[in-house]
Amino acid sequence: MNKILLIIKREYLTRIKKRSFIVMTIIGPILISSIFFIQIWLKKSGQPEKRHIAVIDENYQDGLDIIRKNRSDTATDLIMSFYTKIPSSEYLKFTYLEEDTFSEKEKILRSGYDAVLYLPERVLKASTVEIYSYDEITLGTKNYIENHLEKIIEKEKLRREEVDANILARIRTDINIISNIIKEDGTQVKSNLEINIIISIIGSFLIYMFIFMYGAQVMRGIIEEKTGRIVEVIISSVKPFQLMMGKIVGVAMVGLTQFFLWVILTVIFVGTIQLFILDPVAPPTEQLTPENFLSKSQTQSPLMPAQAEEEALSLSDTFESLKNIPFGLIISSFIFFFLGGYLLYSSLFAAVGSAIDYDTDAQQFMLPITIPLVVAIIVAMNVFDNPDSTFSYWFSIIPFTSPIVMMARLPFSPPATDIIISMILLILTFIGTTWLAGKIYRTGILMYGKKVNYRELWKWLRYKG
Amino acid sequence: MFPRRDAYGMRSENMELFSAQNIVKQFDKHTALNNVSMDVPEGSIFGLLGPNGAGKTTMLRIINQITAPDHGELFFKGEKLKPKHIHHIGYLPEERGLYKKMKVGEQSVYLARLKGLSKKDAQKKLNYWFEKFEIQAWWNKKIEELSKGMQQKIQFIVTILHEPDLLIFDEPFSGFDPINVNLLKQEILKLKEAGTTIIFSTHDMASVEELCDYIVLINKSENILNGQIDELKKKYKSNIFEIIFTENNFNLLESTLSFNYKILEHIKQNKNNILKVELLNDLTTNQFITHMLKIGEIVSFREVLPGMNDIFIKVVEENT
Repeated sequence: MNKILLIIKREYLTRIKKRSFIVMTIIGPILISSIFFIQIWLKKSGQPEKRHIAVIDENYQDGLDIIRKNRSDTATDLIMSFYTKIPSSEYLKFTYLEEDTFSEKEKILRSGYDAVLYLPERVLKASTVEIYSYDEITLGTKNYIENHLEKIIEKEKLRREEVDANILARIRTDINIISNIIKEDGTQVKSNLEINIIISIIGSFLIYMFIFMYGAQVMRGIIEEKTGRIVEVIISSVKPFQLMMGKIVGVAMVGLTQFFLWVILTVIFVGTIQLFILDPVAPPTEQLTPENFLSKSQTQSPLMPAQAEEEALSLSDTFESLKNIPFGLIISSFIFFFLGGYLLYSSLFAAVGSAIDYDTDAQQFMLPITIPLVVAIIVAMNVFDNPDSTFSYWFSIIPFTSPIVMMARLPFSPPATDIIISMILLILTFIGTTWLAGKIYRTGILMYGKKVNYRELWKWLRYKG
Repeated sequence: MFPRRDAYGMRSENMELFSAQNIVKQFDKHTALNNVSMDVPEGSIFGLLGPNGAGKTTMLRIINQITAPDHGELFFKGEKLKPKHIHHIGYLPEERGLYKKMKVGEQSVYLARLKGLSKKDAQKKLNYWFEKFEIQAWWNKKIEELSKGMQQKIQFIVTILHEPDLLIFDEPFSGFDPINVNLLKQEILKLKEAGTTIIFSTHDMASVEELCDYIVLINKSENILNGQIDELKKKYKSNIFEIIFTENNFNLLESTLSFNYKILEHIKQNKNNILKVELLNDLTTNQFITHMLKIGEIVSFREVLPGMNDIFIKVVEENT
């Protein structure tokens, strides 16, 4: 019976049975799916309070005056057909006041309106309007009014310039670039830059987070064994290196278990939410606030056929480019770079854990481990700007940053040679760091109550077996 | 000193179970062990003694193959010490503990399996010991729920569970109350009777005298004394005798022969005088007793042998 398997088993089982692991495993997917859920829920039911806004529009009132003076129905129709009010929505009601009562705006507010919107006569030139209220208006309300006023004023200006709004709508153009990647073998695939960026950022961030989380777990486990004085009992049965590797591998398996559980649970949670709580509608590709969404649906509902077609096209493109993303390659590379990066760093974390007596002593040794990781994540977050720059290249080759930066480059199909060089260097480096860490570890775990510095660590490296 | 071998190159019968020859271990510029040898006869209790920082723990770690010596050879049952021998050695280190969050039973089985026992065997043997110590109820408790003394009991059981041929105890009694110290001593003696060889490292000279057959004394990384306890005591006796007699004629005691002995201690107990004397100038015991007969009636007379404590202090001071 291989003892290292016994150690791996213990490390793995005690960790996944811990309450904190179970809580994290459930909370992670809940957080991820709740972001998704809250967005849609806000849009579905979490609407803001209804607001009633009084509008004092000098142009509108002038129009009314003319009608009153002329008492001509045709004139009324004529003017009012050109005049567009801001439409009321389900949550915002606009009432156009017929008298110019701007000086009495406070009285109006007191009479039950939530806000008074003042459109001066020169609104067409000045393009500023003012709103008065007791409480700050919401961003949604502001956007709603701005959007509609812009359209109304644009329309009015077009009318004055004698341009037909329908022509304008017909010639409105929205360009959507469909990016095609021609591969070396001549085949071409559609790609989607936005999705690639998302994968790049999420992938590299997950690796960064996992290395930190599980590296620290290895360190804490070792400190626990050292302060609990169990370590000498164990290493009278197994080699220190076996104990260290058993712990590192056991924790890595905990990490992978957590990762897969997160993926599976997130899919299940999101699927359930979609099935039971929401109508089976395709998630909107662009929405920010409920008002924004509403106004969009209202203003764009009479879509030009061409526009609708275009949108459908871009959606199908998205799906096609999703299909073209090498998920197999990305997931397997994710696992490789997670394991490689984790093995490299966790062995360093192990060395630190062995050298110190308490968590609190870790600071001075943690810094050199933390810095390359933080540099890597900063680089990774900007890789999508230029995935093949010299900068990105070198950071994705240097083993201490490569797991994170290469993960960020992967969705942009870097040359296979880059990936292979990066992988080989990573393997060689983690073998090296593990070997070094093992030497520090086997001395460190038996040192109690000693203030350790770098010179001391250097000495340990040179001790013979 | 080299291991005795017979004509076939095999080590002879009735030999040491364990032997270390000329062990040298250096840490950077510090020499932890300098040419230390020890031969542990089979079935004996062997004391590894020395002041703090003498190198005892390093020696024990070398025996357990936790660290390797720079020079020197180690033999177990006549063979060169190899990793496979780990299964035949049990080690209770001075710095000892258990996983606090793990359950007693689960942890005991785990540690036993690391020593090469199968799960079934471990379970069976643990049942035996838990019953013997009447601690079955602890099986599903976490270590942190037990008192320090209870934890030490578990630790002891785990150390001896795989029935090793060689048991190594480093300060085994620390953390035990006197009742449990006694219980432990009985168990150690029982293990010895059953044929287990024991290396025992401690500062407690009383328990050394009580338990050990042989000792080695290390000071400042060097072996300064070794041998059988009885022989060492004889070797380090210093002509000190204790005589108990009933009389009070001290003028005589001090006037005659007084230049030939030195009174170290004089205690009056009712009618009895207890006198500790050192005989000088080749004064024989017979001459001394003849002299004492004139003074009073002798109740008892015995030689005072040095305790291990005295020997320890004397030898260490001589070598400092």
